[in-house]
Amino acid sequence: MIHIKLFDQSGSFAENKDIAREIRLNSIVPALEGDQEVVLDFEGVNSATQSFIHALISDLIRKYGSAVLDKLVFKSCNETVQKIISIVIEYMQESA
Amino acid sequence: MHIHLPNSAFLGNIDPFLREFDNSDSDRLEITANKKWISVHPVVLSMIAALGQTVKPANITCEKLEAASKHYLERMGLFRALGIRSGINIMEHESAGRFIPITQIKDSGALTTFITEMTPLLHLDPKHAEPIRYIVSELVRNVLEHASSRQGAFLSAQYFQKSNTIRIGIADTGVGIKQTISNAYPVKSDLDAIQLALTPGVTGTTRREGGTEYNAGAGLFFIKSIADVNRDFFMIYSGKAMYKLLKRKLGSRVRLSIDPFSDRHSKEDQFPFWQGTVVGIDISLDATREFSALLDLIKDTYTKAVKERKKAKYKKPRFI
Repeated sequence: MIHIKLFDQSGSFAENKDIAREIRLNSIVPALEGDQEVVLDFEGVNSATQSFIHALISDLIRKYGSAVLDKLVFKSCNETVQKIISIVIEYMQESA
Repeated sequence: MHIHLPNSAFLGNIDPFLREFDNSDSDRLEITANKKWISVHPVVLSMIAALGQTVKPANITCEKLEAASKHYLERMGLFRALGIRSGINIMEHESAGRFIPITQIKDSGALTTFITEMTPLLHLDPKHAEPIRYIVSELVRNVLEHASSRQGAFLSAQYFQKSNTIRIGIADTGVGIKQTISNAYPVKSDLDAIQLALTPGVTGTTRREGGTEYNAGAGLFFIKSIADVNRDFFMIYSGKAMYKLLKRKLGSRVRLSIDPFSDRHSKEDQFPFWQGTVVGIDISLDATREFSALLDLIKDTYTKAVKERKKAKYKKPRFI
């Protein structure tokens, strides 16, 4: 299992898509390829944009299917962040 | 080119200001103004600043301003952005709590820094800061990713005490919405392109549902939804077209639309051509609905849009 603390890279307002993409490509994908569970820890992140969350996880759902959600855990998300993650996951699954 | 600063130009009454914009002789920019009073939305200033980057400072002329409120333009950094002298002397005040002067943002890192610094500048509590920084981030990222403009985005904002409203304007002189959307969809007019750009799940980067790894086609829909739910104005102008979301009738049920033309709006496609995109939005701080409650509405509408588009592609049985 790997534990990724988003705040360290995104700050309290997670909006920089370039950072989201880097986290996905450099940390999440290698862990999933190694069959590891990934904990995305949003502690300290007060809010995020849909664009950030999309850049972080949409391609994982497209690439690995919704089964990837069995290996992804979203930790310490406040209500806003939870809802934005839910929006992205829902439309990506609807789009499949 | 000629642009005239009227005595009043806010999103509700911005149409005459846009109609007066003269885009001929693109090597020169002449700025004139109402003699008595100038009271304008920040989007007007962002537009002039963006336009000024397309012209050499030596070719920009601004008539001697007489209006009592001319200091506002100096304080908002209009002449600095244009690279010309106004001849107006002001006492520099700390801008905290009142406005964000015209700011040029040219890359992703600068945007992140700007957003961090912006929140304390406007002295907003978290409830109000959340939608405002969301709007600024998504709008400026749209410019950086889609406008193909070396000048980036010009942004300004101001708090208006009387209406307890934050007004934000963002302008660019890039390729415009029609060219961006045309990469993925056949569009006949600027207005068609704006309609598509405001539709959830439509992006100029692909026609595939869910977008690309980087774009989902959701940003403008989110922003229009924030304005709609809070009963605020939202305006987008690109090419010859302008779409304006009007305030929902007081007491009417909140219902987000997939098609922006189903919302209470005005639109026109015969304005003077604007090379690029302009967005103006008002956020009333009295009415700001909890952002998380708004997200529930957005989720339902967005998912419905994807389902409807998928359903439209289903093969139909042939009955004989």
